Amino acid sequence: MFSGFMVNTWTVASIVAVVAGVVGFFVVLRRAAFVADAVPQGAFAGAAGASLLGINTLIGVGVAALLGALGIGWLSRRGRRDVATALALVVMLGLGALFLSFSVQYAPEIYSLLFGEVLGVSATEIAPVAILAALCTGAILLFYRPLLISSLMPELAEARGVRAQRMELLFLIVVALATSLTLPVVGALLIFSLMIGPPAAARSVTDRPLPAMLASVLIALAVVWVSIAAAYETNWPVGFFVGALGAVCYAAGRGWAAIRRHRGGAAWRHGRGARGPSGAQEHGLQAANVRV
Amino acid sequence: MPDLLRLIVEPGFFSSEPVQVALIAGGIVAVVSGIVGSFAVLRGQSYAGHALADISVTGGSASYLVGISPLWGFVGVGVLAAGVMDMIGVQRPRGRDLATGIVRGTGLGLAALFLYWDTTHTSTTGATITILFGSMFTISSSILPVIGVFSVVALGIVAVLYRPLLLSSVAADLAAVRGIRVRLVGAMCLVAIAVAVSLSAMTIGAILSTALLVGPAATGLRLTSRPGLAMTWAAVIGLAATWLGVLLAYDSFYWPPEQHGWPVSFFVVTLIFLFYLLASPVGRRTARRVPAGRPGLAGG
Repeated sequence: MFSGFMVNTWTVASIVAVVAGVVGFFVVLRRAAFVADAVPQGAFAGAAGASLLGINTLIGVGVAALLGALGIGWLSRRGRRDVATALALVVMLGLGALFLSFSVQYAPEIYSLLFGEVLGVSATEIAPVAILAALCTGAILLFYRPLLISSLMPELAEARGVRAQRMELLFLIVVALATSLTLPVVGALLIFSLMIGPPAAARSVTDRPLPAMLASVLIALAVVWVSIAAAYETNWPVGFFVGALGAVCYAAGRGWAAIRRHRGGAAWRHGRGARGPSGAQEHGLQAANVRV
Repeated sequence: MPDLLRLIVEPGFFSSEPVQVALIAGGIVAVVSGIVGSFAVLRGQSYAGHALADISVTGGSASYLVGISPLWGFVGVGVLAAGVMDMIGVQRPRGRDLATGIVRGTGLGLAALFLYWDTTHTSTTGATITILFGSMFTISSSILPVIGVFSVVALGIVAVLYRPLLLSSVAADLAAVRGIRVRLVGAMCLVAIAVAVSLSAMTIGAILSTALLVGPAATGLRLTSRPGLAMTWAAVIGLAATWLGVLLAYDSFYWPPEQHGWPVSFFVVTLIFLFYLLASPVGRRTARRVPAGRPGLAGG
């Protein structure tokens, strides 16, 4: 399980898990699950286009993810964000269907783009993934504070001179980057599940932003490692294990939050009103605010 | 005039049976999606609609595996997923998208597993693509009555609950005060959405399902602030996009590259998107004319 080609798989999957944990933390904070879902799925149009033109899949996916993210940003400026996301997604998928119908691509390759073929990572794929991962986490850490404030309380952010629109754009670009680095290697499904489940669980464990982000990374790493081991043993698709474990994380987080609310319920109800996963947001803001 | 018509409509369009079935099935699905989709857009459940379409695909792939009719797989799993979503809290705006995302991630994970079993055990590699993208020209005419029945179910739910549903979608607090059981009405609406999208995912593919649910409805809500009229617009726009798309796909057989039709889904999606973009200046002008005290429903 740890020999030969599997070393590449473990390395790449761990990088992906770290990025997903960090980016996913903001996906959950900004309630942008649909965006995190649509960009990887739509970006597969880029892969289909790249295979049609005969260029590198990574470039095709990167361009498509970026265009999709910018399209969502542009459309949601003049309409609801969920409608904008849905429309951008279906346009990309429509283009993907067109490219697919022109190319002679074999079905299993598309299948691997959607659901991941993590057991077949080659050594040459590690370097580009590592570079993009560094870019992603770097951008998030650089803009950590403005991004956090604008996610938690847009009005306050505006008052402090943080432009909400610019932060949204930055966030979308980071999601696009994270997508393009991971899609060709691990598939659209895997990256999406990793960006949702672990961060959601992490937010139930702690209310403070930085520890929550750290917990999110650790949970994502655990999910990925268990999934790869299970996929290696059973030969079932990795995407299945990541999706199922993501749901388990979420359920555990919800359960944990419910227990906490139940135990400390009386004190909280008198003091600050009912608290749960939702109340965590306000508390997180307090924590962030202290140091702003 | 006949020459012009011949130029637009390639010969044999109306007499071809696959085309007739595609026009009828696609038309029904477009109208149902437009009407039900108006509620999905109004309630901010576009993501739930999209997720349900994809999850019903899981049902489709599972049914290939078990050997039952794909129809029951699609609709059954779609409605089941709607129930799960409702249970873990799609009702509340806060955390709704997260709950939807979790259900969708799990559903897709299962889809990966089912498709893997499908393709390894029966080696039908094309199944993946067919399930995901659908193909309008391969609908069998025997499925038409079933499509009709489920369309009536979806539209029936919306029609019976029309007023309470509308009120609880626009002003949930007011609806609760008036004694409407907002939670139950919301759950029923989600079931209607599930039936509509699993129907369309089955007949025309998961991509078009989302496109027809969200696009025409959002366009309709931009064109007018009156809900009934917006739904009519949505149905008309969906129908127009579907039929034009089928026509263009049929014609495209003679476009380059030679003897190779372009996919219907590409045309329908592009048309829906164009309609949406064209509607935006109109919507803004109407919105300005609406008095300040009555914001209306526009803004999709």
